[in-house]
Amino acid sequence: MNYDVVIVGAGPAGLAAAIRLKQQTPSLSVVVIEKAGAIGGHVISGAVMDPAALDELVPEWRSASGEAEIPVTDDRFFYLSAKKAWPLPALFMPRLMSNHGNFVVSLANICRWLAAHAEALGVEIYPGFAAAELVFDAEGAVIGVATGDVGLDREGRPGESHQPGMELVGCYTVLAEGVRGNLSKQAIARFALAEGAETPKYGIGFKEVWQVEPAQHRPGHIQHSFGWPLPDSTGGGSFLYHGKDNQVTVGFVVHLDYRNPYLSPFEEFQRFKSHPAIRRLLINGTRIAYGARAISEGGFQSVPKLAFPGGVLVGDAAGFVNVPRIKGSHNAVRSGMLVADHLAAALGAGRAADTLLSYDAAWRQSAIGADLYPVRNVKPLWSRFGTLAGIALGGLDMWAHQLFGRSLLGTLRHASADHEALEPAARHRPIAYPAPDGNLTFDRLSSIFLSGVNHREDQPVHLVVADAERQRRNEHDVFGGPSSRYCPAGVYEWIEQPAGPHLQINAQNCIHCKTCDIKDPEQNITWTPPEGGGGPNYANM
Amino acid sequence: MAILLLAEHDGSVLLDQTARALAAALEIGSDVDILVAGKDIGAVAETAAGLAGVRTVLKADADDLDHQLPEAIAALVLQLAEGYDTIAAPATSLGKSAMPRVAALLDVMQISDVIAVLAPDTFKRPIYAGNAIQIVQSSDARRVLTVRTSAFAPVAATGAAAIETVAFAPAEARSRFIEEQRGKSARPELGAARIVVSGGRALGSAENFQTRVVALADVLGAAVGASRAPVDEGYAPNDWQVGQTGKIVAPELYIAVGISGAIQHVAGMKDAKTIVAINSDANAPIFQYADYGLVGDLFELVPQLTAALAQTRS
Amino acid sequence: MKALVPIKRVADFNARIRVRPDGTGVDLANIKMSANPFDEIALEQAVRLREAGGVSEVIAVSIGSAQCRDVLRSALALGADRAILIRSDLTLEALAIAKLLATLVRAEGIGLAILGKQAIDDDAGQTGQMLAALLGWPQATFASSVELQGASAKVTREVDGGLQTIEVNLPAVITADLRLNTPRFVGLPAIMKAKQKPIEERDAESCGVSLGARLCVLRTEEPPTRKAGVMVKTVADLVDKLRLEAGVL
Repeated sequence: MNYDVVIVGAGPAGLAAAIRLKQQTPSLSVVVIEKAGAIGGHVISGAVMDPAALDELVPEWRSASGEAEIPVTDDRFFYLSAKKAWPLPALFMPRLMSNHGNFVVSLANICRWLAAHAEALGVEIYPGFAAAELVFDAEGAVIGVATGDVGLDREGRPGESHQPGMELVGCYTVLAEGVRGNLSKQAIARFALAEGAETPKYGIGFKEVWQVEPAQHRPGHIQHSFGWPLPDSTGGGSFLYHGKDNQVTVGFVVHLDYRNPYLSPFEEFQRFKSHPAIRRLLINGTRIAYGARAISEGGFQSVPKLAFPGGVLVGDAAGFVNVPRIKGSHNAVRSGMLVADHLAAALGAGRAADTLLSYDAAWRQSAIGADLYPVRNVKPLWSRFGTLAGIALGGLDMWAHQLFGRSLLGTLRHASADHEALEPAARHRPIAYPAPDGNLTFDRLSSIFLSGVNHREDQPVHLVVADAERQRRNEHDVFGGPSSRYCPAGVYEWIEQPAGPHLQINAQNCIHCKTCDIKDPEQNITWTPPEGGGGPNYANM
Repeated sequence: MAILLLAEHDGSVLLDQTARALAAALEIGSDVDILVAGKDIGAVAETAAGLAGVRTVLKADADDLDHQLPEAIAALVLQLAEGYDTIAAPATSLGKSAMPRVAALLDVMQISDVIAVLAPDTFKRPIYAGNAIQIVQSSDARRVLTVRTSAFAPVAATGAAAIETVAFAPAEARSRFIEEQRGKSARPELGAARIVVSGGRALGSAENFQTRVVALADVLGAAVGASRAPVDEGYAPNDWQVGQTGKIVAPELYIAVGISGAIQHVAGMKDAKTIVAINSDANAPIFQYADYGLVGDLFELVPQLTAALAQTRS
Repeated sequence: MKALVPIKRVADFNARIRVRPDGTGVDLANIKMSANPFDEIALEQAVRLREAGGVSEVIAVSIGSAQCRDVLRSALALGADRAILIRSDLTLEALAIAKLLATLVRAEGIGLAILGKQAIDDDAGQTGQMLAALLGWPQATFASSVELQGASAKVTREVDGGLQTIEVNLPAVITADLRLNTPRFVGLPAIMKAKQKPIEERDAESCGVSLGARLCVLRTEEPPTRKAGVMVKTVADLVDKLRLEAGVL
């Protein structure tokens, strides 16, 4: 099938691009494919949303989506010790950290609403189909994508009702896959888009939704923390948002440049909830949702070239997350809109399959650049100086921007790629995490049960270990098998067998967070898309 | 408040479900008649008459009722319906097939799979595969319901009800019995088995799975299940997998051998009436769900159990 | 011969449903909805019968809100020839559904209705049998194989403890069990094509049947949690408990 624009991923960036394209030029044919079985099923975000971009794209979202009901009314920031929570005076907060005017939302639900809006404008949206490959023309330009085969058996042989993939051809292809998309990764490598940019940086974010006692519920109250239970040398922190219907979102982020291979981000999150300040809120509540997803943390200096022959990167695929604000969805929407304007102009001029240089040139001067530039040193400082000193310095740097309009430090570089950060297990001791109590803290499997994750059983394992022997020698023997700890879904298990350790891959558990693809020390694991429709089924995430 | 209960039998023997459904019926009201329908079912009617609390057994013995095809049974029930304000059947293949026909022709809405009687017109029933329980009240003048028999204990066989013969006036039959393959596979189907024996990763090999899990299942006439690990590792076939991504089972007895109790597995068997766990790890999560737990080496305990059961069964 | 396959839109079988804290039902907000899996099996069977020549046209029907168009689109993509939406915003019970289906069967001159054996939301398992009763048709519930033989169908049923094969005169109602078939994968081209096909709509209120609810759901509860178990010391203990206490041996 031929379209003007093929968009991969029905998240905020992809849907914003689709909507803006139809707003600009209603006659354009626009298709969006989405690997989740239903729109929003793979969307997970905090989320306190900066509404500015959505207000510009579709102002009626406020009245029609039902997601603009909980404005932020009370915004706190804490440093945690094991027993205490020390509030940071609001006075110290740089203005750009303010959440005034923002809303506590479910980004998945916003995407559901945006998708319906896009369809009403004539955008074709097909959930349940994963884009497995880029399609190139003879000159090597991207001319679309191909969906994956369905109905292959475990060995990759076509089964009884095998359906081959289908090519979706477009004048331009928009990769809106979110963080570490499989096609984005290929495009970045093939077209050397990361050349000249800093190495990308990532975190892993966890989110649970809790139904709390009405007496504990303060809609619009939000708080963030850093410190306990993470050691000062490991970046990360928590978020806690009171939303609608007596529901509270509690989340935790661990920067993936952590060094100790025994660290388990999942268990750090579980432990975090046992802090007296958090336990009090949740202890009589019920956990109703769980999910996890990698987060882009490289910021301004890690953004790759965004345009390549026939295609562009937008949203988190481009890395547009503001780390100290832990927000990216506003930039995702903005980048979708920005690229749509440039695409509409190019298509109007009869262009196709060329490199949309104007978009790549425009983002730094746009609202996205203005959002990311002043905070660009926070992450490098945090990684280099640890949490306390790093955040203090990052704060000073943001103040410098606020007061003098420029940084004192220039633009700092990122130290190294996240997969290079791990140190051999021999240099560390295993961490004894408390056993889950099944009430406030949980194990991985009872957690992913809530994510509604499923993959059809009889299909090729979509987590591809290039060299099993190398995985054993390196990931297991040197690093002590960190995959069993960094994976938030229990996909990886090292089983000690008489014949030697064996990496058991429970691919059906995968919630598509992409952390393995990022953190595996030798980059020997590749996340590939499973059959469309597989993965988590997030409801209100 | 008379109640008509359709008996469940296999043509020669009254099945346990009848006594259990009778317990539910007696919670609705005291005037319970049991309808035994079929061909040459005198002995079945005798057994039914012996159940405690039965008012009368209605015996419908006719060629046209042979094999208890649902259309004929429904027609018979409708002929008798006049005198009853509640008509019930165990939620068996027959009850589930015949009773909605009865309900539709009486123009009432059936209440399926009753698990508790709260009032003569108010019942509990599971929805969403047991993930939620509904309390429903019927506004129909007559109630038609099927009873999930595992939720009720059978009444004792201490009664002595009178047996009345009822005539059946068949309409033209539009469906014909051809054949029946009882227990076609020697092993019951996993989803419908009364007893399931499941093995987990601790078995370690296909051979161990056969000699431990399958051998125990053989003695019990049970279906064989597995957690995900043996399936993933290839020593149990795909269609044995019990759990969130496999089959959901709710047998009367579930024996988990060497299964740690990952939630995905538990999701597939937590509705079993009685759960037994045998595992060497006393901290295995499976023990949180087990009615009876036995900690120890399965390679010792399971053969012991198999031997003990073989002895009691013979 | 025309075949009719009703499709119910239900919470996807992977979705985690949750009882509302106030007991007023199950929270379905933003949950993935799909065609009832047993209905998909029924549809696959109807399409296979058409492909084999015994059925001339497969009509899929859904009854409910405008959102049911989604499952009808999927039905068209899987192979239904036509799709009909009977619109109603009421929560309709099996009896009302059966009555609406009966009117459609008569209006369309349907010769074979294949339904899922039950819907995975309310688990009632009644509609097929009720439809058969209202039409005065024979029925074959829980089918695991279906063979058309001119004026009759030979159906193997999954019954307690085995398989039963019966022959039903046509027209008839068949309800599909899990092992009847595995529905085919629907490819993107079929879904794109289905998007172009019309969905006929009619209004449930104008079908001339009573739609009122007969059951009132007073409350919806979480299932009870299991009571704590006991640890036994020996195999002999275990056998005793199973026999005497649990009564399962």
